[in-house]
Amino acid sequence: MEYAVSVKNISKSFDETKAVDDISFDVKHGELFGFIGPDGAGKTTLFRMLTTLLLPGSGSAVVDGFDIVKDYKKIRSSVGYMPGRFSLYQDLSVEENLKFFARVFGTTIEKNYDLIKDIYIMLEPFNKRRAGQLSGGMKQKLALSCALIHRPDVLFLDEPTTGVDPVSRNEFWEMLGKLKNEGITILVSTPYMDEASKCDRIALMQKGKILDIGFLRDIIGKYGKKIYAVRSDNMHKLILDIRSDENTESVYSFGDFLHYTDKHGGIDIERMKNILMSEGHTNLTIQEINPGIEDCFMSLMNK
Amino acid sequence: MNRFLNFVWKEFLHIVRDYRTLLILFGMPIAQVLLFGFAITNEIKDAKIAILDFAKDNNTQEISNKLLSSGYFLLYENLQSQNDIEPAFRKGIIKEVIIFEPDFGKNIERTGTANVQIVADASDPNFANMLIGYTSSIIMDYQAELSKGKTLPPMINPEIKMRFNPNLKSVFMFVPGLMSVILLLVSALMTSISITKEKELGTMEILLVSPLNPFQIIVGKVIPYLLLALVNSAAVLILSKYVFEVPTVGSLPLLIAECTLFLVTALSLGILISTVSNNQQTAMMISLGALMLPTIILSGYIFPVENMPLPLQLLSNTIPAKWFIRIVKGIMLKGVTFSYIWQETLILAGMTVFFITVSIKKFKIRLE
Amino acid sequence: MDDKYIITVKDLTKKFGSFIAVDKISFEVPAGEIFGFLGANGAGKTTAMRMLCGLSIPSSGTATVAGFDVYKQTEQIKKNIGYMSQKFSLYEDLTVKENIDFYGGVYGLSKEKRKEKTEFLIDLLKIEDAKNKLIKSLPLGWKQKLAFSIAIIHEPKIVFLDEPTGGVDPITRRQFWDMIYEAADRNVTVFVTTHYMDEAEYCSRISMMVDGRIAALDTPGNLKKQFGVETMHEVFVKLARPQSNE
Repeated sequence: MEYAVSVKNISKSFDETKAVDDISFDVKHGELFGFIGPDGAGKTTLFRMLTTLLLPGSGSAVVDGFDIVKDYKKIRSSVGYMPGRFSLYQDLSVEENLKFFARVFGTTIEKNYDLIKDIYIMLEPFNKRRAGQLSGGMKQKLALSCALIHRPDVLFLDEPTTGVDPVSRNEFWEMLGKLKNEGITILVSTPYMDEASKCDRIALMQKGKILDIGFLRDIIGKYGKKIYAVRSDNMHKLILDIRSDENTESVYSFGDFLHYTDKHGGIDIERMKNILMSEGHTNLTIQEINPGIEDCFMSLMNK
Repeated sequence: MNRFLNFVWKEFLHIVRDYRTLLILFGMPIAQVLLFGFAITNEIKDAKIAILDFAKDNNTQEISNKLLSSGYFLLYENLQSQNDIEPAFRKGIIKEVIIFEPDFGKNIERTGTANVQIVADASDPNFANMLIGYTSSIIMDYQAELSKGKTLPPMINPEIKMRFNPNLKSVFMFVPGLMSVILLLVSALMTSISITKEKELGTMEILLVSPLNPFQIIVGKVIPYLLLALVNSAAVLILSKYVFEVPTVGSLPLLIAECTLFLVTALSLGILISTVSNNQQTAMMISLGALMLPTIILSGYIFPVENMPLPLQLLSNTIPAKWFIRIVKGIMLKGVTFSYIWQETLILAGMTVFFITVSIKKFKIRLE
Repeated sequence: MDDKYIITVKDLTKKFGSFIAVDKISFEVPAGEIFGFLGANGAGKTTAMRMLCGLSIPSSGTATVAGFDVYKQTEQIKKNIGYMSQKFSLYEDLTVKENIDFYGGVYGLSKEKRKEKTEFLIDLLKIEDAKNKLIKSLPLGWKQKLAFSIAIIHEPKIVFLDEPTGGVDPITRRQFWDMIYEAADRNVTVFVTTHYMDEAEYCSRISMMVDGRIAALDTPGNLKKQFGVETMHEVFVKLARPQSNE
């Protein structure tokens, strides 16, 4: 069993929409693998097929050594799954939820306490509180604890950080790092591009297809264009001015900069500065930068 | 097993936490019984009657006075002949006619036995039964008074006749009917809602991706509601016995066993509903629309099945509650034994097996 | 109160029992500003926003929105603001045209005006082919852009956006912000919450809520300078969890 998850040409359609369109990939044991893409990319459908909740339309997949169609019962006892929506019993307390899921998998909290300790320790003060009354970050920690309680070999986390503030998101990724060190294979999906750097390998997804897959640095290495960060005092005017230029291939806001690419594989920075200054821009800076994952994603989207 | 009991325990917690629904579930049967019970019992007051007295002696006079002074009855007219009875009823004012045979008093003196005929307008069967009950008991009272100090007590035989609706429904009809409706509601509605709730919340996804099998999930859902519904039926029985004095004539264990059977029928129907609905609203609509209304209308709970057009009568055979009502009536009111109701029981059992088979087959082990 | 402020908030507080969700917050927002309302989950953003939208009566303090009092004039407030959130936006089982028409009707636009607006929006968003399609068949990005357009269909003075870009692809997300800028250019005040820290940079000013209070309020540039960091993400981390500072 070379791979923890091995997917071959899997597809799934709902009515006429191809939610997942001929996807293949492998995930190694102990890998933290990220699926990155916006809503509608097919991440949830893919995860549901791999967790045996949906039958594939075509293609096949093996999870933890078991076929997702034939051996679905075995997969159900050996994987952990955290759906995208908050899926715990809101009317049960933190402790009751955890106990319930432990018993469903025929185990106890005590047996696997060391695995969830770091997460659960933050929840313990709220042990008696109903899950519905927890804050977003806490709910997410509880859901993770519940998904982990039977020490799964493979853990599927469907958009665990969506709608969660940046600080809680950081904490969550730290927890995933620790779980990886315990040898658990983790497949996680996220719409936040910046979370790519937390994964071992990533797959960029859009409209049911994988745009690119591999190590972050390799994906970025394939970008192949020169990209510039531009800023001035009037950013909105700047973006309109650059967009109207005929040499412009793309220009997007990135925080307090614009990321700019041209059609000819590079620009004369000084010349561009002069043009923009003549259009009335002040405090102008232009510099060549290394592309980020979001630059890559947008470039791949446009291909 | 631990896994399964754990599931059942969780269901109990859900039920206990949702105290509003719990209140409705327990409050509703009690409120209904009281409502139905009092709506019927409170109505007997100044009911208009007519008297046809062929004897016109002391005894008939005394009985008439006793009746009219009871507060339950008002004399609307004195009739002169048998032919007056029909037109008197037709007018729709009088609800009961009391006919004393000729030589009523003399018969008591001579033979110790006299006959009185009580004819009631049974177009409102509950009311008619109530009137007759009151009339008979007043006559019996009189008979007891006459008997005092006599070695050979006189007998007054009331002969009861119904007009317009001779196959009179029992006054206590509402108890079996109510029981079946409540059991159906609690069982089918609540199970279907609780399963669809898990679908809506997304927890069904986690349950499916777990070693729990469909059988455990389904039975785990069913057991708490089964117990809840049994408690409910007990409440109805206790209330009817102590508040409205509807006794259970037949065997109580048999009644409980039949209730349980019907509950399982209803629960399997609930699961069936949940397999075709994706959210709580749909489950609710189907339970109320497709289950409750036909049950109330076609089961014979309110409208007698015998008076329905043939197609509806045939359709009513598919309503589980119809068979259950027959069973409960038999046991509670007539005190019959199992040998009298085995056919109905068999039909219910057959339906149950059918529903369970279909619902386990239809229960989705996946999300599609 | 100064007229140039479209929102003024003074010591606004909301308690739920003994829990203080919003604790004496004060700020002003000038007309035409893009005001970023940031904070960790549970910091009180949603509660504060609800009070400003007239959906929830404050426990104490004062606030005016578009010149109307949040205690007494909630109906006028609702007429003068637009609201859009990631969760609630359009009717999935109505078509694009029907949604535009419905919301136009909700805000009392005349039939001619609604027709004009419908054509304008379909043209603006380039969704001519999709105008008779059900909303649920559209990609999320389109939905969100349409939802925003509908939120300002009645030309409100302020529009409240609650995580409008959650889950939207990076290109559409930026197109969405173009629309926000265009609205701001027309002097519409934009009050926006987001979990994307790069989007925080696009705001004129940022307020950071921590535990029901406003912990910082300034332009993104000044905030970064104040905390001596390079990105808004770092500002957020420093403010939201001060104890985790090294």
